[in-house]
Amino acid sequence: MSGDLVVLRDISRTYQKGKERVEVLHKLNLTIAECDFLALMGPSGSGKTTLLNLLGGLDKPTSGTVEVGGEALHSMSSGALSKWRARHVGFIFQFYNLLPVLTAQKNVELPLLLTNLGSKERAKRAATALSIVGLEDRAKHYPRELSGGQEQRVAIARAIVSDPTLLLCDEPTGDLDRETADEILALLQALNRDHNKTIVMVTHDAISADYATHTLHLDKGTLAAEATA
Amino acid sequence: MMTQLKQIISVTAMNLRSLPQRLAASVVAVIGVGAVVGVFAGVLSMASGFEKTMLSAGSEGTAIVIRAGSSSELSSGIGNNQVQVIAEAPGVVKNEQGAILSAELFVLVDIAKKSNNQDGNVPLRGVQAGAFQVRDNIAIVEGRMFDTGKNEMVVGRAAQQTFSGLDVGSVIPFGLTEWTVVGIFENDGSVSESELWTDVRVLQSIYRRGNSFQSVRVKLESPEAIEAFTDFLKEDPRIDPDVYSEKAFYSQQSETLATFIRVVGYPLTVLMAIGAIFGALNTMYSSVSARGKEIATLRALGFGPLSILTSTIIESGALAVLGGILGGGLAWLFLNGYTVSTLNGASFSQVVFDFAVSPDLLVQGLIAAVIIGLVGGLFPAIRAVRIPVSAALREL
Amino acid sequence: MKYFYLVWKSIWRKKVRTILTVLSVLVAFLLYGLLSAFNQAFRGGVDIANASRLVTIDKISLINPVPASYQQKIRAVPGVKQVAMSNWFGGYYQDKKAQFAQFPVNPETYLEVYPELILPDDQKEKWFSTRDSAIVGRDLVNIYGWKIGDRIPIHSEIWTNESGSQVWDFEIAGIFDTDDPRGSTALMLFHYKYFDEGRAFAKGNVGWYVVTIDDPGRAAEIANAIDTQFANSPNQTKTSTEAAFAESFLKQFGNIALIVRLILTAVFFTILLVAGNTMAQSVRERLSELAVLKTLGFVNGGVMGIVLAESILVMLLGGLIGLGSAWLLLVMLAKQTAAVLPGLMLSNEALVTGVLLMVLAGIVAGVFPALRAMRLTIVEALART
Repeated sequence: MSGDLVVLRDISRTYQKGKERVEVLHKLNLTIAECDFLALMGPSGSGKTTLLNLLGGLDKPTSGTVEVGGEALHSMSSGALSKWRARHVGFIFQFYNLLPVLTAQKNVELPLLLTNLGSKERAKRAATALSIVGLEDRAKHYPRELSGGQEQRVAIARAIVSDPTLLLCDEPTGDLDRETADEILALLQALNRDHNKTIVMVTHDAISADYATHTLHLDKGTLAAEATA
Repeated sequence: MMTQLKQIISVTAMNLRSLPQRLAASVVAVIGVGAVVGVFAGVLSMASGFEKTMLSAGSEGTAIVIRAGSSSELSSGIGNNQVQVIAEAPGVVKNEQGAILSAELFVLVDIAKKSNNQDGNVPLRGVQAGAFQVRDNIAIVEGRMFDTGKNEMVVGRAAQQTFSGLDVGSVIPFGLTEWTVVGIFENDGSVSESELWTDVRVLQSIYRRGNSFQSVRVKLESPEAIEAFTDFLKEDPRIDPDVYSEKAFYSQQSETLATFIRVVGYPLTVLMAIGAIFGALNTMYSSVSARGKEIATLRALGFGPLSILTSTIIESGALAVLGGILGGGLAWLFLNGYTVSTLNGASFSQVVFDFAVSPDLLVQGLIAAVIIGLVGGLFPAIRAVRIPVSAALREL
Repeated sequence: MKYFYLVWKSIWRKKVRTILTVLSVLVAFLLYGLLSAFNQAFRGGVDIANASRLVTIDKISLINPVPASYQQKIRAVPGVKQVAMSNWFGGYYQDKKAQFAQFPVNPETYLEVYPELILPDDQKEKWFSTRDSAIVGRDLVNIYGWKIGDRIPIHSEIWTNESGSQVWDFEIAGIFDTDDPRGSTALMLFHYKYFDEGRAFAKGNVGWYVVTIDDPGRAAEIANAIDTQFANSPNQTKTSTEAAFAESFLKQFGNIALIVRLILTAVFFTILLVAGNTMAQSVRERLSELAVLKTLGFVNGGVMGIVLAESILVMLLGGLIGLGSAWLLLVMLAKQTAAVLPGLMLSNEALVTGVLLMVLAGIVAGVFPALRAMRLTIVEALART
């Protein structure tokens, strides 16, 4: 339960937008402990999503180092990053991003296709993940047959099915009503407390942030407050 | 009524103006239809060109007599005394020397085609003096007529153009005999232009046919005279003939090949058209779904379903017609007048003809294109008006 | 494999669109199957030609007769094994329009020269010993329902017999088959002696000779030797291999193979466009989904592979059904055309080529969308939502 899972040092991320160079993140330092539930808040354009992408190996910093679980992401090739992601990270998006052509169960199984597990084992693990999020009776439904909240739960099940250490959530309740949002946030909390998942959640909603253990504010590419262990 | 029309026009205009956004899918539909019409025009212009050549050969004022039951001149046999019987028949035009007729016999010789240097069977036909009189629109256009009793021949224009070594003055050997080309004749583009003509006596002697012929052509006093002519011959016990007007004869001879090409051509085109319909349906379904918002908004604004329906069908029809013009145009550009020669099974010899991409063929092609366009647009159009407006708007 | 489920489900994203694309591909391969079979049946004579057989005809034309006396002289040429004679009878049975091939031949020799014709020994004996008998091929029996022992009249267009009639009588002594499925059995063979003695003119001549040689490698040499024998006589000969003879016949029709190829090219070009467009639309619609696959850990190559697999699967689906339909249609058509165009069937070669074409077409149609999927940057794709 102790120890730092994530260490970011002097992170800068700059984009080329036409003739302009936009610096989204500026010499950022961040440490995240294991089993932490961190909320990242800030106005739009502050770089929250970019930071999240860096944590998940979806993007590389222009300068600085990213270490997650002792592995240096900034120097990995894209193939190695793919492998690493499959094993260590689960993503949850604002718009769920489920594959509409697959049932809930098959959606959850997707990450497992990248492993060597046989089809029976894959089905078993998917069923387990779905029961954790409380949707075992909806396993055979297609996303279009599910409500927003149910779709997000399926997405969460998909994110945890390969038992990753880190869960990254980008505005997970942004598209949900208050009541459903609360259910989802409670679920994330349970995953953090009862299943030891380290969670980083980007949100613009203070009420959502209350579910986390720590909150950090990001503004114009820098953190307003340093992380506390 | 006027509002309906105005609505239709404005929606159609909107559709067509937004077409460039759906360029890729639209191009696919146009090319699909173009391919169908192109192949259609190509294959059928072969049949039509072949028929044109065969049929222009025949005149109704000329009758041809062959042995009963023969399917072609090659398998027919007529003896000299039978020729005399024919000369006595009523309805035949006569001059001072007697009936105007030509008793003829042909053999096949091998000559290399200029195009691929492969040998083709070419008829070497022995004719009599009346040969140029029993046929219409025939004349020597270069050189001169052959002298009787000599190894000389005149060749048809099409034969001279298609096969090697048939210019005036050339000498060409068949077997141990050498023949000299002394003239070129034209006969209105008909099948006889694919032949080589010589004195029938010389041919009979060299190919040891004694005194026998294969066919006799006579000039009839009038097309109607053929009845009396035929009856006389059929009643005479010395001869067992089949009599045809030249036109009917050639029509029959060309039937097999022309039918064959059509039997292959039409089903082929139908199959391709079905494929094109699927392509058009695909394009139009994606067009309708791409314009989903637009259509829903129009309907919410009060444009009636008829205008939506009609404009979609018109769009599909327009694309198809474009394809039809493209395909037909290319076929006409590249194929019209293109000369080929092929084996006519009935006479076992080469017939030279041009592809004829006629206006009526192009019209048929366009009609096919329109049908494809209409069918391809119908179902997507129906779907466009069936989706509940509220649902469509929500998909924004 | 385990990704098949994903690929299969993905192509049915938009059912109507996929069905229409599959149908277009189906039609294209139906055409491919039919045209291939037709082209191959047309070339039938060339493909089944035997390399050890030569055909000797009159130099001027196939139609001209060749003296019967040539047979011994040809047999004397070194390298020649056997010489059979034949002629074109040009007849029909009952219906003038339904002609089929009848050949007067020297029976024992002919069967030696055409070992692929199979006939029970007792029928052979009957044929050899009965002058006015004939053997008929299985295809003819299937059409006309003849039985051994039947007497059938054949009306010849060309040959009148001495009694003045063009109708010749034959007793059916046997029914033969061939061991090559592409070969035709829509023909009838009878005695040359019966024919030559019976006909009113051109006695002492044959239509052509079929010559077997001991070494196919020396075919050109032996053919030349045969023709040199008769170079200075009134009837010169032209000898060529059976294949070359059949080929020259085909060439007279013009380049049928070329026409078929042109049509098929037009057809395939069109379906590539249709399928390519479908794949492009399909990828464009789900850029974010493909990006999600990458976030889950699918490598770039893997995502490209999935898109290509979808494209190939659509082609296989339509193509196999199309080829299958062509095959069924051909089985039905073959019965009707057996007399005129034997061997109308889908060869193994055409089938294999067809499947390869399906895979190739799938790759071509899907390559650009697949590359796009591969190059997708996750961050950009997800940002679109």
